Amino acid sequence: MKLSGWGRYPTVECKTSSPRNEADLAGLVRSGQVIARGNGRSYGDSSLNSHMTIDMRRMSRMLAFDEASGQLTAEAGVLLADIISSFLPRGWFPAVTPGTKFVTVGGMIAADVHGKNHHSDGAFSTFLDWVDVLCSDGEIRRCSRDETPDLFEWTVGGMGLTGIIVRAAFRLRPVESGWIRQTTIPAENLAAAIDIFERSADSTYSVAWIDCLSTGASLGRSLVYLGEHAAHADLPRKQLQAPFQTPRKRKLTVPLDAPGFALNRWTVKAFNEVYYRAGRSKTGTQLVDWDTYFYPLDAILKWNRIYGRKGFAQFQCVIPLEQSKDGMQALLEAISAAGQGSFLSVLKRFGAQESRFSFPMEGYTLALDFPVNNRSLELMNRLDEITIAHGGRFYLAKDSRLKAETLAKSDTRVSDFREMRKSTSAAETFSSAQSDRLVL
Amino acid sequence: MTDTSRQKTVLVLGGRSDIGRAIAHSFAADGYAVALAARNAANLETDKSDISLRHNVPVSLHEFDVLDTGKMEAFIDSLGVLPDVVVSVVGLMGEQAENEKDTDLSARVMRSNYEGPALILGLFANRFEERGSGTLVGVSSVAGDRGRATNYIYGSAKAGFTAFLSGLRNRLARKGVHVVTVKPGFVRTQMTEGMKLPGPITADPEEVAQATVKAVRKGKNTVYTKPVWALIMLIITHIPEAIFKKMSI
Repeated sequence: MKLSGWGRYPTVECKTSSPRNEADLAGLVRSGQVIARGNGRSYGDSSLNSHMTIDMRRMSRMLAFDEASGQLTAEAGVLLADIISSFLPRGWFPAVTPGTKFVTVGGMIAADVHGKNHHSDGAFSTFLDWVDVLCSDGEIRRCSRDETPDLFEWTVGGMGLTGIIVRAAFRLRPVESGWIRQTTIPAENLAAAIDIFERSADSTYSVAWIDCLSTGASLGRSLVYLGEHAAHADLPRKQLQAPFQTPRKRKLTVPLDAPGFALNRWTVKAFNEVYYRAGRSKTGTQLVDWDTYFYPLDAILKWNRIYGRKGFAQFQCVIPLEQSKDGMQALLEAISAAGQGSFLSVLKRFGAQESRFSFPMEGYTLALDFPVNNRSLELMNRLDEITIAHGGRFYLAKDSRLKAETLAKSDTRVSDFREMRKSTSAAETFSSAQSDRLVL
Repeated sequence: MTDTSRQKTVLVLGGRSDIGRAIAHSFAADGYAVALAARNAANLETDKSDISLRHNVPVSLHEFDVLDTGKMEAFIDSLGVLPDVVVSVVGLMGEQAENEKDTDLSARVMRSNYEGPALILGLFANRFEERGSGTLVGVSSVAGDRGRATNYIYGSAKAGFTAFLSGLRNRLARKGVHVVTVKPGFVRTQMTEGMKLPGPITADPEEVAQATVKAVRKGKNTVYTKPVWALIMLIITHIPEAIFKKMSI
């Protein structure tokens, strides 16, 4: 079966199988090189293995919930969307969520995903109590910070390369409603945006949409969105009657591939202009439902088709705090000079995180996407260099095109990760097109 | 949480299969308490917690073997409460080529798809008739609409089951008991994994489940999932036998 990540680049012919239980799964792991795949929302080739890609979506049972601590135990294939629809009506919300709810528990752990609250709460792993990992010897090991901690720490952010994540226990957060108090603050350039982030450290959620085609004095102009879970006291009477009931949104589907020329510097520039002006006119605080706030793109099913048949590549890096301003400035200058407008560009402040292999570190992260073509691939190589020059590193869940040397240069942890894979024999059993490309 | 004293109950026979699990989830989402019946029911514990956590409904597990016809009455008695809806998802496809050569194998396919499901639904029918209410759902197959070289042993048993359900519906129509025949076309399940199935006319188990719940709610008689299968089978059943016998479809 031809498979790809969400970016639809690259596409690989893969053998697949969908195990229903541990015995099926153990059989597959004994059969040779494998990688687990969740809902296919990583952008590049992280969940592709031509020999055997294990589709975990049929291992999707919720196993236990502790009302006192909010701890949910679930199999790896459970979708975040299902967790929200089951538990939000009971007053619980994911403690950390990525920008789409169509991800699996296993995928969130493997990528150690972050949300708009990384600066205040850290990544998904902060709320992860334990993981059951099926290792290369066919044994399932329960690991946590106390029990087999090495396996736990490498598995978190380990891109499925330590073993198959079978099930896990993690905590949800109590919320009083399904509404978010959103504050929109326009920033006329990058420096202003960074100022707003630094002043908003107390906000639970913060994220900025950034116009990466603006130049000169407005380079990096942004709309910063702050958010808090609305408490009962924040709700008007109508919403207070059913605080977890939010309007059902109409879903749009992109019905076919847009032609490759649909997104170019002029269309993106025009879009950015309109979007920035519209946002500026709506500044201030308003109530937004959780789905609109956290998952705006989920409302447009198959939005990855707007980049056309050849697909698109994501670029996401983080630059450490002391170099963030210079680094972001250099990245944005390179992008706007190349005229390669990214349709969806996101800037976000990360808090500190100690980890063996997870992506986040204290600083600023920039996420961009580009249609796949020679010019944008060249531009992304430039962005790689700028990132490394400023001490930054890359998010593997987004990557489809980094070179092994580039990754190694960006992250001294790579050699330890390789060493661990060798010494635990994980390398003999678990691999992906990405791990082959990056020699992990 | 719904008032349990008036909560409806659905019994799913064949609760381990992908379609059975999906049907249980769909009824639970509609507020039904769920009883799952299968062989080795004890190891459905994870499905039990899954359904009850997701939908906040009670779930129970019941040991049931569709080939053990002698124990069927006792099985129904052991349920405690007579369910409002009984769905039989039990089935076995086997390999046509092997079934042709081995009478034990083909008998097993025939018994699993016709004899067992028909007998158990027949017993429930009697109890439902006595009570004057209830819905019986048989998951049959489009394979039963016309025998084809590639799967006629399975198909003939499904044809028998379809005819049985039709008769049962006729018998109970004025007794307050409704009978639904569900005829899925291709479905992406463990049974069909590895087969090359045409995407647009292949359903996910969840689609079959939603169609089943809707059919029960609306009192439909026969439903095809996906609906395009009704058209496909209409055409297939109308091809003259002289031509059909030489076709490979």
